[in-house]
Amino acid sequence: MKPDTTIAGRTQLRPALLVTVLALLLGLAGSFVAVVLAPTAAHASGGATASCTVDSSTACIQGSIRTSEQEPATGVVLDVTGPGGFEGTAEVDGTGRWALPVTEAGQYTVTLDTDSLPDGQFLTNAEQDERMVNATLGANAGVIFQLSETEGATTGGAQASSFNWDRAAQQLASGIRLGLLLALAAIGLSLIYGTTGLSSFSHGEQVTLGGLLAYVFANQLGMNIFVAATLTVIICAATGFLQDAAIWKPLRKKGLSLTQLMIVTIGLSIALQYAFQYFFGAATVRIQTANPSTVTIAGVTLTTQSYVAMGISIVVLVLTGLFLTKTRTGRATRAVSDNPALAAASGIDVDRIIRLVWVLAAGLAGLSGVMLGLVLNGVNWMTGLQILLLMFAAVTLGGLGTSFGALVGSLIIGVIVELTNLVLPGDFKYATALLILIVILLFRPQGIFGRAERIG
Amino acid sequence: MDYVIDLIRQLTGEALAPTTAAFALAAIGLNIHFGFTGLINMGQAAFLLVGAYGFAISLVNGLPLGLAVLIGLAAGLVFALILGVPTLKLRGDYLAIVTICAAEIIRMVGRSSILTDITGGSNGITGSSYRDPFTALSPLPDGQTTILWFTYDNNGVNGWWIRIVAWLLVALLCLIVFLLNRSPWGRVLKGIREDEDAVRSLGKNVFSYKMQALVFGGVIGSLAGIIYVLPSSVQPDALGRSTTFFIWTALLLGGAATVFGPVLGAILFFVVRLAIRTLAGDFIPASIMSNQQADQFSYVLVGIALMLLIIFRPQGILGNKKELSFSV
Repeated sequence: MKPDTTIAGRTQLRPALLVTVLALLLGLAGSFVAVVLAPTAAHASGGATASCTVDSSTACIQGSIRTSEQEPATGVVLDVTGPGGFEGTAEVDGTGRWALPVTEAGQYTVTLDTDSLPDGQFLTNAEQDERMVNATLGANAGVIFQLSETEGATTGGAQASSFNWDRAAQQLASGIRLGLLLALAAIGLSLIYGTTGLSSFSHGEQVTLGGLLAYVFANQLGMNIFVAATLTVIICAATGFLQDAAIWKPLRKKGLSLTQLMIVTIGLSIALQYAFQYFFGAATVRIQTANPSTVTIAGVTLTTQSYVAMGISIVVLVLTGLFLTKTRTGRATRAVSDNPALAAASGIDVDRIIRLVWVLAAGLAGLSGVMLGLVLNGVNWMTGLQILLLMFAAVTLGGLGTSFGALVGSLIIGVIVELTNLVLPGDFKYATALLILIVILLFRPQGIFGRAERIG
Repeated sequence: MDYVIDLIRQLTGEALAPTTAAFALAAIGLNIHFGFTGLINMGQAAFLLVGAYGFAISLVNGLPLGLAVLIGLAAGLVFALILGVPTLKLRGDYLAIVTICAAEIIRMVGRSSILTDITGGSNGITGSSYRDPFTALSPLPDGQTTILWFTYDNNGVNGWWIRIVAWLLVALLCLIVFLLNRSPWGRVLKGIREDEDAVRSLGKNVFSYKMQALVFGGVIGSLAGIIYVLPSSVQPDALGRSTTFFIWTALLLGGAATVFGPVLGAILFFVVRLAIRTLAGDFIPASIMSNQQADQFSYVLVGIALMLLIIFRPQGILGNKKELSFSV
């Protein structure tokens, strides 16, 4: 805090920061309960470990099968036939791996039992559920099977009917999960837009930063995931503070136009993306290496992390909503969103509110990144890049600058993205959301909750 | 000393590469959108991509070269019309969001597995499947030619023929932009950039002019796409959001609303990045910065350069600050 702060400014800011930090912390704390109550801890998932050791008289036919969400496809059965009437069966273990030792070199045929696939998962190129593999003694022979969550990638067989209610329910649940996590990040984007008019293209990188920091703390330094997440959120919020202090406030004072500011965020986004690649490489890193356990509620199977993440999201979103509607600072924030000049004239310190919005937005984006990394089983330099446009779609759909709109928009976009998979191949799931964005701009550019005079 | 000469040879070679020319063309197109008319098109890479797809798919299916080029350009025209109708009446940043989304949709549809038979899916279309008709047009004899220190195959994949055609096109378009810039049409565009309402009050159809600018710049973008893929291949992921941002960087670096700014910017963009990569690779030990990291480092600097440019010198190297308006 600067020395020239007025008393009024202090008293306004303190409770504001307090509520923000409390909101984020409470969300995390609430989730402890959820984890304690969860029946299976993350490392308890079962299945015999695939074991096969290569030596001079043994070859291992082996592979790794993961679901389309990159979770281990535990329990998938593979039948192996080979020379000399060899027949064997391998089952995918809790780490997603399977292996079968054979003692004779030659060509083997590996067949994936499609009935053993997890619900909602389909073999890509199902007409080829057999793989030929040449096994050489003293070596591993790898076999690749790829799973897809879309049936479009499969042809023929019993799964030819493209729609069933179980899958719809599963996709709907995934959609709500994505929507809630998207909302955390999108609300920040919406608040920034509302208070400053800036479409921040670097907001996606704030999400990535959260995921990668959580990876450093939880995976590299071995911290408890909740400690790691708390630290991450605090650091991310601090980056928001620093950004506003070092970049955005001086630029506002300098009188840069919004277009220029937008291009500055694009430059920042490029710099951050490649900085992430510089330090973390281009590969996906996992925050938790243990295999996620799954819980089935009402026919919908999601990982434990997903339920916890959804719970945290709801708590944090509710707290953010309460903050914006019930506290003095929150109301001031909305006043600035409505009309900065009028807010300033009525004694609100607009710069302080904007600073607070940056802190809040960066913290929420970081939290979203941590949980996206856990739910999607990994995070890489383009995690945020991929969801940035979904965030824009959500914010525009709900109405630019309205927080409640951002929440509703996120849920709609999340559900649409996942439900698209029911009728179209997975490639199209983001494309549909973006198409909807364009259609909204065509017919109702102010979004669901926006007012018509917002646009020019 | 040998090292310096070698480096200069590399850098000048990069400056004259067909890819650089393609980038220059794309930036010229974007300059018509942004520099002259004030349209914030954040999907220029998609114009390259539709142009490249239209061109390559036509050739793969046996159409003659001239028709393939026309189809590529028509694809850019249609894409511009589709983009322009819903957005040109809205405020500038809506155009930015719609164009970036539309560009992503084009890329995602192009790389989707359903269209593998047509677009090659995420693998794209290999250059050898559409390059031959263009190479066959070359009047140059086979073999190598050395001019100064530039030694290339006359008709090779990345040889003299494509280089000559690419840079002639850049020169031609610079001339066209120069002439248009002085024409009544160009003055109306600049008027729209400065004050849309004033132009409207003079009885001009602003929407129509904006659409003409969007289409013209977009078709130039598609032409850039054709040049871009001729020496390489059609890769949807190579023409994504990042490419759009790099074209913007090149344009703002050289100077928006100028004739030669886009060309200078594109050349500098490639040359400076190559210089950073090479110098970092040669002088910084691999234990501190590997070659791959040097490449990433060069992009980090691109991002920072873009930020600094737009803050401190938005008119770029050649531009005139009065000519530039970021009014949103």
